[in-house]
Amino acid sequence: MTSTLTPVRSKRSALTKGQLPKYAPYAVLGAALIVGAAILALIGFNPFGWGVVSAILFAIGLVSWSAVVEGSRKAKDKLATCLVVGSFLVALLPLVSVIWTVLVNGIPGLLNPGFLTNSMNGVTGAFDNKAVESGGPVLGGIYHALLGTVQITLLATVISVPVGLLTAIYLVEYGHDGRLAKAITFFVDVMTGIPSIVAGLFAAAFFFVVVGPGTKTGAVAAVALSVLMIPVVVRSSEEMLKIVPNELREAAYALGVRKWRTILKVVIPTAISGIASGVTLAIARVIGETAPILVTAGFATSINTNVFGGWMASLPTFIYTQILNPTSPSNPDPSSQRAWGAALVLIILVMVLNLVARLVARIFAPKAGR
Amino acid sequence: MSKRIDVKDLNVYYGDFLAVEDVSINIEAKSVTAFIGPSGCGKSTFLRTLNRMHEVIPGARVEGEVLLDGDNLYGPGVDPVTVRSQIGMVFQRPNPFPTMSIRDNVLAGVKLNNKKISKGEADVLVERSLKGANLWNEVKDRLEKPGSGLSGGQQQRLCIARAIAVEPQVILMDEPCSALDPISTLAIEDLINELKDQYTVVIVTHNMQQAARVSDKTAFFNIAGTGKPGKLIEYGDTHTIFSNPVQKSTEDYVSGRFG
Repeated sequence: MTSTLTPVRSKRSALTKGQLPKYAPYAVLGAALIVGAAILALIGFNPFGWGVVSAILFAIGLVSWSAVVEGSRKAKDKLATCLVVGSFLVALLPLVSVIWTVLVNGIPGLLNPGFLTNSMNGVTGAFDNKAVESGGPVLGGIYHALLGTVQITLLATVISVPVGLLTAIYLVEYGHDGRLAKAITFFVDVMTGIPSIVAGLFAAAFFFVVVGPGTKTGAVAAVALSVLMIPVVVRSSEEMLKIVPNELREAAYALGVRKWRTILKVVIPTAISGIASGVTLAIARVIGETAPILVTAGFATSINTNVFGGWMASLPTFIYTQILNPTSPSNPDPSSQRAWGAALVLIILVMVLNLVARLVARIFAPKAGR
Repeated sequence: MSKRIDVKDLNVYYGDFLAVEDVSINIEAKSVTAFIGPSGCGKSTFLRTLNRMHEVIPGARVEGEVLLDGDNLYGPGVDPVTVRSQIGMVFQRPNPFPTMSIRDNVLAGVKLNNKKISKGEADVLVERSLKGANLWNEVKDRLEKPGSGLSGGQQQRLCIARAIAVEPQVILMDEPCSALDPISTLAIEDLINELKDQYTVVIVTHNMQQAARVSDKTAFFNIAGTGKPGKLIEYGDTHTIFSNPVQKSTEDYVSGRFG
């Protein structure tokens, strides 16, 4: 019996090409870091420059090594990978920097006892001076501003969601791309670009005419915010309603279901996860608005639970005034500590809202279990 | 519980475009009628005019009469919603409602119209409809699971169960098997044979063997050329259409010489 086995060749064959070893990127990275540090040492070391120089050296090193061993196609692939990852890191840098700065500066304020449960009512410059001189705790908190932000945003949502959702339903289900639908789409697009201060001025002027001069309440701010929110809600809901398959509408019509019931019971439930997450993102978008609230709700230092009467504080305006007009002009440190603390709370709120949006989308999404 | 359909001189337009020209046809109660013909000849369009579903498409309109046991569907004051609750439809692609369970899908016609129904009655209706669609044994243990988890053939039978749950007089089927494998197709064809004991069934199909297998009467539609309106060429007993058609083009089509 003769063996027909071909002799086992070495790993190189007609199909193989040169390949960088698995450790190549790490080796190049290590070398780039060392060389980068050496170059920077010559002209004066700083961490930012070290990062940039090392990144460039890494890209050059890896790409040229790959060009020698693997050929030009793989080298181009490596170059593209370096560019993509590099851009991602550059885009990430400001975000990380902002979060880091706010965390470092904000945590002392946040950990201050009573920061979340006290208002600034009765906290004067004298207390801040004493806190700085004797090293006592910084008094005062953001309870009033947190309450104001939550109330104003909630009211803005209550105004915006019905208006925005109904507009989207008109555009998708009834508009048929007619003139009115086109006009609405155009003006919604224009509204998206309105500077927020203009929205604030609109609300202030509107209430000036309707209610009377000097009307500054949480409700006015809510109207200003809803001017900013409505176009976002319309846009996101419209997209979500559009992707509901027409077959589902036809299936409902074929069962003898009326159009409005089809929309209410079939189209909206199918799209609800996208709509809900769109609304949550719209809330996150307006919760940090400063300018429109400043001109519409004024600024309060005490707790105001009535959105329809009296000035109202909010987190952004709280941060703004604490930095610009410290409670104690001679010792601004306690005020800036409070401002950073408020900024941290605001970022946490936005982050939580984004997480809620994802959760909502997952909970409402149609399930395809077997 | 089934009615006949008589169509008189029906023209269907999309805007100014005449899509189907001058169709007159009499569809018997408790029978299966198949529409065959090449793509784009207007058979699906015509089928949709039998329960006014073409009105969902912007610009579509008809001239002529469609009589359901003598009542004109297009008479003044006729509500298309009433028409559709009498004449159900099953579509080319299975389209169960993704947000609803299997049970709720069957009850959709009742629940979406906000009719009150007791739990006992609902249970009876679900079982009867699913048995009517030959699906009961496969899904009886998972009625609360989403309908989208079923296979394509099961989903299509779920859609048929959903259509018969509203107890229509007529069931229209627009290529109900074109997205299904042969085994699921066979299940649907068996079902169609059973459905004709109670309902008037009209089916559009591209599959001539299917038309020959399931239908009592067959209508052949054809189109003279692109941009020309579709026409009803020949209508008669399925056996006649397939073995001894009058028109030359019918013979060419059923013998596979074109189309």
